[in-house]
Amino acid sequence: MSSDAIVRRGVDDIDAFDFESTPCTVAPPLAQARVAIVTTAGLRDDGVGSWSDGQGFVVLDGAARSLTLAHVSPNFDRVGVAADLNVVYPVDRLAEMAAAGTIGSVAPRHLSFMGAQLDHTMTTMRLDTGPAAAKLLRDDGVDVVLLTPV
Amino acid sequence: MCALAHVFEEAGIATVGISIVRGQAVKSHPPRMLHCDFPLGRPLGRPNDPVFQTRVLDAAFALLPRTDVPVLEDFDVSITDDADAPLTCQLPPRHDPSLPAAVDEAIAMRPAYNRQLGRDGATTNVVRMGGPDRVPDLVAAFVRIADGALWDDAGLDPKKLGAAALDIRAYYEEAAIALADHIPAARQAESWFFRSTETGKLLRAVQKIIRDADGPREAWFRLVPVGQPPP
Repeated sequence: MSSDAIVRRGVDDIDAFDFESTPCTVAPPLAQARVAIVTTAGLRDDGVGSWSDGQGFVVLDGAARSLTLAHVSPNFDRVGVAADLNVVYPVDRLAEMAAAGTIGSVAPRHLSFMGAQLDHTMTTMRLDTGPAAAKLLRDDGVDVVLLTPV
Repeated sequence: MCALAHVFEEAGIATVGISIVRGQAVKSHPPRMLHCDFPLGRPLGRPNDPVFQTRVLDAAFALLPRTDVPVLEDFDVSITDDADAPLTCQLPPRHDPSLPAAVDEAIAMRPAYNRQLGRDGATTNVVRMGGPDRVPDLVAAFVRIADGALWDDAGLDPKKLGAAALDIRAYYEEAAIALADHIPAARQAESWFFRSTETGKLLRAVQKIIRDADGPREAWFRLVPVGQPPP
């Protein structure tokens, strides 16, 4: 069994919050959409290497590339992202897609949360920080969010 | 991540996500997910491969028009980690036999670490405990534990042993990219570090010492990934 298979076996069955339904927002045509990345990799652009924001988030300037990976888990590969940020946070790929007209534009700011939260009810994220993040994104004219884990 | 998809869609923002733990996506049923059977830590699949990464994004964005939610589709390529095929690379020569082997080895890694950090697109994960200058001192703290010091009397706050181990491991793994002169497959550098280097073997030994002594979980849990075999 691969190392990742061992880890997945441990997290596949962790409790998840029971959302009773699945909401659905109709996306505009991709070529007209402003796209933001929201990652749960615990990335930061302030040079800080540890995550102290709980279920909160940090704002990543769209031009920043010297990001740190503040995620606490030792159980994933970190070499890929050290060599190429885009393997977790595909900000350069989105810029290329915008230049090619595949997407409308790239948001000026992206957001980073921390995955692997121990509180599976995600109460703070669902009721407080998540809605605050959505407001920030709407204020930036974001139509579509690309969610990336680590 | 799945919870955020629900929140954003409720707020009127369409979402599409990349899933790497399928069970969680099934349980949380977010609107649109592309499951990618890729190594943990590499959700876009292949570092420094813009064509492949763009293909993943195209597949994800292709789900956006779907309103028959929840949608969970599988990407048509799988990539597995190579933890069982450790990276092979020559260790740099050590200089000071009067130092503990692991500390001397860590010092010898610095030129390779610096070379990697100087490459285009490179970032560093050696950021928790004072940066690369501090790594030899961190290694020395683990040497003291291996030599019999109590983990709370080795010069490091026991709550920070995990952060120190992450920094040390990142320092070696990033140096390994330069030593090998290519980006290793997922977990190859991890296995090289824990199975072939003095410092990696030291961390495994210290984890065993603390666990066997019923030390606090926070002092040992993050020293070694769960996929690495015990010493």
